[in-house]
This record gives sequence, C-alpha cells and structure tokens, in this order.
Amino acid sequence: MIGDKPKGVRAHSPLAYPALMLGIFFIIPFGIMVAVSFFHREPGGFYIPGFEVTNYQNLYTALFGRTLMFSLFIAGLSAAVCVSIGFPFTYFITRMRRQAQVVWLVFLMSVLSLSEVIVGFAWSLLLSRTAGLSNILVWLELMDKPAAWYPGFTALLFGICYLAFPYTVLVLYPPLSRLDPALPEAAQTLGASPLRTFFTVIVGSLRNAIVASFVMVFVFTLGVYLLPQILGRPRHWTLSVLITDQAIYQTNMPMAASMAIFFMIVSLLLVALTMVVGKGKTLKGG
Amino acid sequence: MAGLILEDIHKKFGSVVAARDVNLGLPDGQFVCFLGPSGCGKTTLLRLIAGLENPTRGRILLGGENITRTPAHKRNFGMVFQSLALFPHLTVGENVAYSLRVRRVARAIQRKKAAELLDLVQLSGFMDRHITQLSGGQRQRVAIARALAIEPQLFLLDEPLSALDAKLRESMQLELRELQQRLGVTTILVTHDQREAMTMSDQVVVMGPDNRVHQMGSPLEIYRNPADTFVADFIGSSNLLEGSCSGLHEITIGQTCLVVEELPENLSSGTPVTVSVRPEDIIVLPGIKEEKNNRLHGTVSFIRDVGSSVEIYLNCHGVQVISQSTPKGRPEVKQGDKATAVLPPAACVVLKS
Repeated sequence: MIGDKPKGVRAHSPLAYPALMLGIFFIIPFGIMVAVSFFHREPGGFYIPGFEVTNYQNLYTALFGRTLMFSLFIAGLSAAVCVSIGFPFTYFITRMRRQAQVVWLVFLMSVLSLSEVIVGFAWSLLLSRTAGLSNILVWLELMDKPAAWYPGFTALLFGICYLAFPYTVLVLYPPLSRLDPALPEAAQTLGASPLRTFFTVIVGSLRNAIVASFVMVFVFTLGVYLLPQILGRPRHWTLSVLITDQAIYQTNMPMAASMAIFFMIVSLLLVALTMVVGKGKTLKGG
Repeated sequence: MAGLILEDIHKKFGSVVAARDVNLGLPDGQFVCFLGPSGCGKTTLLRLIAGLENPTRGRILLGGENITRTPAHKRNFGMVFQSLALFPHLTVGENVAYSLRVRRVARAIQRKKAAELLDLVQLSGFMDRHITQLSGGQRQRVAIARALAIEPQLFLLDEPLSALDAKLRESMQLELRELQQRLGVTTILVTHDQREAMTMSDQVVVMGPDNRVHQMGSPLEIYRNPADTFVADFIGSSNLLEGSCSGLHEITIGQTCLVVEELPENLSSGTPVTVSVRPEDIIVLPGIKEEKNNRLHGTVSFIRDVGSSVEIYLNCHGVQVISQSTPKGRPEVKQGDKATAVLPPAACVVLKS
C-alpha cells in the first residue's frame, strides 16, 4: 500500500465534503423514503405520518410478485445479452490501432447522449409496420408484406440492450486494454487454437471484470421505466413502471416507497449472490 | 545436422524493417543466443520462429519441413515470454499442465506430468499455489516448466531473466544451461546481455542496429575473432585502432608499425583498416622504451582499479588505448606517467573499415 493509513480528525478532513454531499443528496432522501413507506395513506389526500406495515403487507399480491419476477428476469437477460456481445466486441476494439479505438469509443459515447425517451421512440418507429425496417425487407423481397415488430418482448429487450450496451463496453474496456498481449500468445504457443485461447485465457483471466459488468448492467436496467411502456405490452411492464404509476397517478406515496424499498433489497441480495459466486470461483482457482 | 533453417528472412512492420536478410542454420540440440542491442530485431526473429509473426519474405524450415505458414498453436514449440505471461486465474499446476489440457490429456496424467516438471525446476509442492503467491524467481521456473510440458522440439526464451536481480539472474543462467544440457532440447535465448550469452550458449548470433545478423559462432570464436567493428565493440570491450595496410603483415597506425599474424584477405597497401585488440592482451610497461614494432608510447591518463582487475588508460598521441590486468600483474605506473603499450601480433585482429 502507498503511505500510511490516515490518522486523526485532521487527516480525515478531506472526506468531509463528499460525506456531506452523500448525506444531503442520498442518505436524507433515502431516509425520508424509508419513513414514508411506513406512513398512513389518506385516500384522496396524500399521507399522514404514522407507523404501520400495511404498505408492505399490500405488496403481497400476484401482480406485484409477477412484475418483480419479470423485472429481475428481463434485467438479468439483457445483462447477459449485453455482456456476451460486449465482451468480444470490446476485446476486438482493444486489439485495434489507437486511432480506431478512439473512433469506436466516441461513437459509443454519442449513443449515451440519447435519452431513454428518444431511444424508445426511435426503436418504436424502426420496428413499426408503417415506417419500420420490415419495409426494407419487403423491398428486398425477403418478406411479403410489412409487419409490426412492436410492442412485444423482443422489441423491449432490443431497446434495453441498446441503451445498456455502451455502459457494458465502458466497464469492460479498461481491464481488457490492460490485458497482457503475451497471455493469448502464450496460450497459442502452448497449442490452444484462437477460439480456445479466447475462452480459456481471455475470458478466464477476466472473470472478475465480466461479473462486474454483468452486475452493473443488471442494476442499470432495473431502473428502466419508459422503455417498457413504449416498446412493451402491459404484461411487459417492469416494477419501475408500477412504482411510477403508484407514486404519480395513484398518489399513493407510501405504497410506492414500500415497493421501491422491497425491490431494492431483493436486487441487492441478488447482486451480493452474484458477487459471491463470481469471487468464490476465483478464490478456488477454477 | 541443421535442425532449424532460416532462409532469406525479411520482416517489415509497415515501413520499419525489423529483420533484414537473415540466413541462419541452427544445429539440433544446441543452446543458441540471439544477442544484440535493443531494437536490432532479435525478438522479432524469435517471434517469427514461434509463429507469432509472419515473415514478409523468406522461409523457415524445421528438420527439412517448411513451417513458414504453420500457425503458432500447431508448431509444438515451448516459449517463455519476457513478461512470463503466466495465466493469473490458474494455479501453478494448472499453468504447467495447460498445454496438456488443451491436448485433452487425462486429468490424472496432467497432474503427474505437472508434478514431474515442477520437480525438474525445483518447485516441488507448489502445485496448488496461486501465481500471485510466488516470488519472481519462482514464477520464472513455472514459466519454464510450462513451456517444457509438451517436450517441445524448440525451446524459445525471450529475455526471460531481465526482470530478475543480478545474483538470481546468474544462478538462473547456470540452472537453465544445466537443464538444457540434461534435456538436450534445441534452445534459443534472446538477450542483450553479452555476459549472459557467453555464459549459456553453444552458439551466439550477433545482430546489429541495422537489423542484420553480423556473426554466428561459438562464444570464444566471436570474442577472439569478431567479424567486424560492431561485433568487436559489442562483445566485451575492445580497443579499435584506425590505420591502414602497409605491407604483407603490417598495419600503420599513426607513426607506429603493427605486425599482425593474419590479414582478412589480400589487402592492397593503403587500404584503411581497423585493428581490434582486447584490453587484457595489451601489456603496459613503465617509461618510454626503444621504438619497436607493436609498441605505442603515451601518457597514463586514468587508472580504474575495481579490485578484481585494473584498467589503465593510455593516451598515445590522441589515440586512446585501454589495457586490463590482474591486480598482481599491475604495472608500476601512476596517472601522468609516461608508459609504453605492447600489442602482441597474435592479439591484433584486423577488420576492414
């Protein structure tokens, strides 16, 4: 380690500013939300302070359970899709010349400047019957007549992956570009074909980075709430949509708060589980 | 019998030439060093042999078979990289057995073979350790064991000892040489350290900054009879004296006539040449002696006494001559004294300028 651990109040003083910001903008609002989740809801009104667990008891419905499972499922699936495409993609970028790498990264960054709304409507247009990509296939005589490819599960998955892909690449880029180029070469001199080298050495030595990017995309896509409404059918709505509905349209803040907290706890548990599984393997050495 | 033959190998990276017109025949079972300053193309040559690069021109033959276009993973060579390139996610045993795993050898045999190899490199009992738990020297041995696991036809080493401290490096050099002799595997080592090359090899290939092979021969041959001024200067230290041919066995340097034993070819009188004389062959006598052939007169300009040897720098009318002697044979001179340097005819190697 570099230097000694800081000792005393003075040595810790640089921490005051980030601690203050974290307190004001994260801990206090989160505390308020925790408190609200136990408040009593006034039908027609807003809520009055109190302490009751009815908001949590009300979560125990088939709709909530199904939506929770679906949210976790689609987040996990899109994370898996993003990482399995993003990892080889990023690997090939890091093997390019420096200038080509910059062009690709700038291109990916520019995708980040698009908001969820724009991405959602752009995909809904591209997948529509009247103006969508199917018209090109008809023109190429690959299809008989144009088809609507949205709303639906595939369209939603497409949209989410499109949104999360640049983040996947950005998380994977630093560890992949630091990979010693002699590692795959060593595997080759030892008799491993290029494909085998990729799976046994490149994927193997970067397992931690893969787990980290999977968790990041998973958490990121849990928060997506516009895309399901634009690209999906009501049965594809995620928990984020349900929470927004409770908070804004039903003016049921305590219910929305309890949903959010429950959702957060479940996702944190899943993330922790993923980390333990990923790490446990590395410690044992495969 | 020449095992590995490089025929007219030429390698360019874009417009940069990394290896120029290389023709080499490396005999089977020998320890060969590619020696040269950094950027001379010695690593490129090794990578071409390993199949990690394709030559721009030329052929590589192994045992009469053309392997120029054979991909690296089908060549069955063992290679130790400069960065070692040990797989960080595998244990010591798994690293060593990687080539066996790729060849789908049964697990029990993999383990047995890995244990044997670890014994060979004196790492018994390190099988289940993690790479991060090893010291630099131990990692070195793992890399060597891993490269030897498939009993390679060729054992290639790319400056594997450069990261070790001096003491450890010297002992690893001896160990590696001993290992190679025991296994009898044809070995190529790339190094920029001429001492390392002299210690370990049967044959040294000297490459120069012009990316050409300057000389190939046994270490002593190269030391005693350097092919040109670059080799003379790069291998050990050498006095390079400019002069011109003045007779059948005579070279004139300034006003002094040097008698030499042999000249490279029929040199005509007046041809400029360089005479290389090793410092340890030059005898320094105190005071000015009578004018004779092979004697240079001058002033002692500096004495470097490092304990194990003494170097005396003589300034002979603008020409610097360095003499090296043992502490016992040290001539009775001080800085500023007049002295005479004697250059024995047998020690003078004449090189075309």
